[in-house]
Amino acid sequence: MQINDIFKHLQKIDPGIVLEEDTAYLYIDPSKWEEISKELASNKDLFFDYLMCITSYDLGSGKLGLAYNLYSNTIKHSVEIKIEFDQIVEIPSVASIWKTADWHEREAYDMMGVIFTGHPDMKRILLSDDWEGYPLRKDYKEPDYYRGVPVPKDKTAWE
Amino acid sequence: MGIDNLKDTGSIKADEMVLNMGPQHPSTHGVLRLKIHTDGEIVSKIEPIIGYLHRCFEKHCENLSYEQIIPFVDRCDYLASMHMDHAYSMTVEKLLDIELPERVEYIRVIISELQRIASHLVAIGTFGLDVGAITPFTWTIRDRERVLDLFEALCGARLLYNYIWPGGVSHDLSPKFIQRTIEFLDYFDKQYDEYNELLTGNPIFVERTADVGVIPADVAVNQGVTGPSLRGSGVAYDLRKTEPYSIYEKFEFDVPVGEGKMGTVGDCWDRYSVRMLEMRESIKIIRQAMSSIPDGDVHSAMPKRIRPKKGSVYSRYESARGDVGFYIISDGKNIPLRVKMRSPAFCNLSALSEISEGWMISDVITILGSLDIVLGEIDR
Amino acid sequence: MDYSLLDKFNSDNIVVAKVDTLINWSRANSLWYFQFGLACCAIEMMAAAAPRHDLERFGSMPRASPRQSDVMIVAGTVTLKMAERVKRLYEQMSDPKYVISMGSCSNSGGPYWQHGYHVLKGVDLVIPVDVYVPGCPPRPEALLQGLLELQRKIKSETPLRKDKENADK
Repeated sequence: MQINDIFKHLQKIDPGIVLEEDTAYLYIDPSKWEEISKELASNKDLFFDYLMCITSYDLGSGKLGLAYNLYSNTIKHSVEIKIEFDQIVEIPSVASIWKTADWHEREAYDMMGVIFTGHPDMKRILLSDDWEGYPLRKDYKEPDYYRGVPVPKDKTAWE
Repeated sequence: MGIDNLKDTGSIKADEMVLNMGPQHPSTHGVLRLKIHTDGEIVSKIEPIIGYLHRCFEKHCENLSYEQIIPFVDRCDYLASMHMDHAYSMTVEKLLDIELPERVEYIRVIISELQRIASHLVAIGTFGLDVGAITPFTWTIRDRERVLDLFEALCGARLLYNYIWPGGVSHDLSPKFIQRTIEFLDYFDKQYDEYNELLTGNPIFVERTADVGVIPADVAVNQGVTGPSLRGSGVAYDLRKTEPYSIYEKFEFDVPVGEGKMGTVGDCWDRYSVRMLEMRESIKIIRQAMSSIPDGDVHSAMPKRIRPKKGSVYSRYESARGDVGFYIISDGKNIPLRVKMRSPAFCNLSALSEISEGWMISDVITILGSLDIVLGEIDR
Repeated sequence: MDYSLLDKFNSDNIVVAKVDTLINWSRANSLWYFQFGLACCAIEMMAAAAPRHDLERFGSMPRASPRQSDVMIVAGTVTLKMAERVKRLYEQMSDPKYVISMGSCSNSGGPYWQHGYHVLKGVDLVIPVDVYVPGCPPRPEALLQGLLELQRKIKSETPLRKDKENADK
């Protein structure tokens, strides 16, 4: 299926869905994501059984985004879903539909601080549990010390 | 002991014990830590704890220009650096919309397939080591050194090459390169049969790997398992065939899949055998590419300055471990707004807990070895 | 001095040497290293131990347990999460123990120096280092050189004399 057909199909569920010209991604509203994800995975014409990647990104000034890249092994088509939102919004987890989302969502939480509701085990994955802040946010400042070990860029601090 | 006996111990329950494996352990292929919940000797649950090699790759990408990122991409998957270079360069080219000279594509294919052989050699050698066979490791590393010699003649580096750049490659092939590569392939053909004798049909090896750690095809797809690990489960999903990039559609080669020759489809032996067969296919591709490589300038399409338009792009690449994806968002500057790497080993490892449930602790080592993980790529 | 010592054995079975020298000689020539890879450099360490470069001809063989090893080769990037473990592993080694820092990352943070919020800027911040091997990654020959440098350092030690020089060892 081409992106336009997928767009028309999903419009039945969420009329507010946006497809910008000359692009291959669909913008959807966070509140509709749960319904749409189920439709994407289970509908026979769409049947996206393989979630390739979840990317979280920071657009600056408190605006975050998520990009889901999906692929169907049977129909051999792909789609990219984008959700853009403010920091406080919670996103429904899709780990129950695509298990690969489990770790990807944990990574998005770890790096960007996106909170997913309904995730089986929402905790940090790469950094330690006591790490402060979300490193990939644009306004992140790295700490001077972590558990007594200095982390600065230059060694003048301990010479 | 038969497999059926193993699973029948369910009626006898011991207290749950938590066993910590790693981050320093010779069989975890790096700094992976596994928290293994066991019932006696039987594994009931595994929690992989990763991040001991988190080197902030994605943060570096947000502070460096597109060209400067390549050395960092190299260091992600240090067993298949060329694949990472190639995947990243392809993504940037897609963002910039560059047509490549044919010679560059040929060189890239030759190099990538050589790298696949080198990477699979390490995978097979260390897999042998994991199940207790030491000789295969010394043999495979010996032959890998010959591939590294070729790369060294090509770009001066043994392990991390910084060779494939957006729009081209750093150096043209040296005059003797093709001759030396053909010599290597002739040599390697003979060695290949020796590996088969050494491991493939070896009764001890088959006993340790066949029927162990079966990944059913639907679970594998749902978990996002890719690469040889997915093809071991019988799914013929290889991006070189299903969505050909570069010039792979010009070459004839097969996609080997697991057939359950020694046991069930999708067991550790199948994953091993797919890697073995893939090396054979790689040799085929290299030979075809060598015979038809055109002349040309490898630097002609290289952009002077990389400054893509606003937008985002996701592209995929079949590396030695599976489906590498790069997601790059550009905001019109010479520094990307965001680079996300979809690492295949990361997704393969997330399936570990599900696969190893109900197996003995020694089988966990086998399963982990058969997944062929590289921690640099998992933690980034 | 190795060869001259062997010559003495051959001629009349009597060796006249300082005990220090004998101890150093035996220590320097059986440096069992800790099989413990962190990142890219671990692959080069593996290659150094493999047939072509063959570390074992210098009396070095890999041990998987810190309690059996004499030298720790820190091969790769040490992250903050790992730093504690590296320190603990070092403490578990029995004396005399030595550390080779292999590669730019463990020397100083290497390429991750500037933006690496999770990278330890040099393993010498948590454990004492004897020999630094530069390179990213160092070639196996460079690691061999580092090992020979360490042997030379060990041979110049005076383990029996607890003088000021050795007090902090």
